[in-house]
This record gives sequence, structure tokens and C-alpha cells, in this order.
Amino acid sequence: MGISIEEMNNMQLDVLKEVGNIGAGNATTALAVMLNRKIDMNVPKVEILEFNEVVELLGGADVPICGVYFHVDGDLTGNIMFMLTMDSSKLLANMLLFKENKTKALDEIEQSALKEIGNILSSAYISSLTTLTGLNMKISVPSLSMDMAGAILSVPIIQYGQVGDKVLVIETEFNEGDNDIKGFFFLIPDVDSFDVLLKSLGVLE
Amino acid sequence: MMSQIIKVGMADLNVTKGEGVLTTLGLGSCVGVTLYDPITKVAGLAHIMLPSSKAIRNNTNPAKFADTAIVLLLEEVLKVGAIKGRLVSKLAGGAQMFAFANKNDIMKIGERNTIAAKKILKELKIPIIAEDTGGNFGRTIELYANSGMIIVKTIGRGTKQI
Repeated sequence: MGISIEEMNNMQLDVLKEVGNIGAGNATTALAVMLNRKIDMNVPKVEILEFNEVVELLGGADVPICGVYFHVDGDLTGNIMFMLTMDSSKLLANMLLFKENKTKALDEIEQSALKEIGNILSSAYISSLTTLTGLNMKISVPSLSMDMAGAILSVPIIQYGQVGDKVLVIETEFNEGDNDIKGFFFLIPDVDSFDVLLKSLGVLE
Repeated sequence: MMSQIIKVGMADLNVTKGEGVLTTLGLGSCVGVTLYDPITKVAGLAHIMLPSSKAIRNNTNPAKFADTAIVLLLEEVLKVGAIKGRLVSKLAGGAQMFAFANKNDIMKIGERNTIAAKKILKELKIPIIAEDTGGNFGRTIELYANSGMIIVKTIGRGTKQI
């Protein structure tokens, strides 16, 4: 009946965190393969945060960021959002396109490249989730938005807000040479899907 | 005198008067609802996330929902000297940040938030004198208690007053 993050016990939270770790790890591997470079990843931080803390994580509600958003359909329904700081999104796009574009804004090709990166990362994430849970899931085409952190974050936060006042955030940091790229994953199961997820992981009766 | 700037977070509300300024940063699908009494210069701002507290099990924070937040905001502005018959309201936000072909309810949450806020204001007989809602972009708003003016800031779409 729609368990919220606040109602979960430590074991359930630990399992969710571990799922986040594994998913982020696979996503980083996928990125390394795609870019054909050695990418180092720090251990992802998986945190349960208040709404306003999530916003601060990205430097404030009015800081411009880039978000790539997907629907998840199947046995578990919900959404996935991948967020990057503008600097990180620029770095990633340049890496993929083998160019050195110093301008601040992202052009159409760069945006398209980021959608594709988001697609590959999210697919890797979902595929590890499928392996772990045995649940069938597929993701939609990506949608990209560059805007204020608060505005973009309002989308996952509102969905979490339907069941509680806290959000599950997976923070991954990876670097290639001297380039640090900071990304955030939000897995947002629909109201009833947290139960499905926890049950499939064997931590909910 | 330096004007005092009060930040209103997500699912939060606050009031000020005189030289005070209320601001909320990065409104996306959320809606900023303001109440203002031009005579006593009392201003209130709520940052609303969801249309209704009734459909939600965990509804302990009244500032999160249009139905409960606006009623609470009204109580708060009355407490600091606003007169109900003089109150006017302005709305900003309610955007749809991501576009999808098959739109489900949750993607239209911005629009639903705006509709819900308008319905509650109508029930409370508070006129809406200006709004800047919809679209697919974020907004930062500042409400100046000395004039009731709202400055709406965007990224790449300029700044305007409502």
C-alpha cells in the first residue's frame, strides 16, 4: 500500500542503497565502454534526504543544471532521472564528440549526445536492477532539460512527495584523467512500486 | 533601510510586511502562490508541490498542498495585519519541465497545481490579479512587500514583473 522512505527499516534502506551502488557501478562501466576510456568511479553515495537538502546538493535551487528523464514501465513503474552540473554535462558531451567546445551553452548535437549518455547509463542501471530483482522493466526515450536545479528537481521531488517528505538520491562521481564529473541518479518508483521493489528483493513481506 | 530577504523553500510558506522581500528559487512544476494586502503591506508566499492533501496518506506538512497551504497562508497573513477583503493573489510556476509523447498525470502536475490553487483562491474569494504560469521552464520569484510587485527570473528567457 505504498511504503514511504520514512517508514522503511534499516535493512530495507541498506538493500536499496546496495541496489543503487550496483546500478551506478554498471552505469559507469557502460560509460567507459562507450567513451572507450578509462573511467574511475568513487563509491557512490546513497542518501535519504529532505527535499531542500537535495536542492543544496546541486549548489542551490537557482543554479543551472542538466537533467535527463525517463519513464520506467513494466513490473515496476516509475521514473529515472540523471542529473549533471552544467560543467560536467559539457565535459561529457565533449568527450563523446571528441571536441573542445569552450562555450557555456550546449548546442543541439551536445544535447543529443547527453541524451544518449543518459540513455546508456539508465539502461545499464535498469538492467542491473532487472538482474537483481527478476522484475521486467524498460525505459522510455529520454527527455532533456537544462534549467534551474530546483525546477528540474521538482519533478522527482513531487513524485516522492506523494508518499513522504524524503528522497532517495544516488550520487556518483567519476573522473577521466583530470576531469571530474559529478552525476546524480534518482530512481523514483511510483507510489505502489516501492513495495514491489522491496518484495522482489526479499525485504518486505 | 536594507530590505530583509526571506527564503521560502519547497513545501514551505512565510509572510513579511513593510520593506520585507519573500523569495523562492527554482519553481518548476511547483506553484508559488502569493497573498498581498496593499494597505498594510502584508505579503505572504507559499511554495506548493501538490494539488490536494486529500489524496495523500502522508499529509503532515500543510505547506505542501494547494488546499491546505493557501488556507494556512491566509491565516498567517491575517495574523500579521492583513484584512481579508483587501487581499489579492498572484501565481507563478506550474511548468512542465520534461516533455513526453504519452503524457500521464504526473507529468501534468504543474498544470494541476495551478488549477488547484485557482480553485482554492476562488473558494476563499481572493482575486487573482496576475499570473505567470505554464511553459517548460523554471522560475525564481521575489515578492516585494512595499509594492506587492513580483519579479520573475528565468534562465535564458529574461526577467519580468507581474
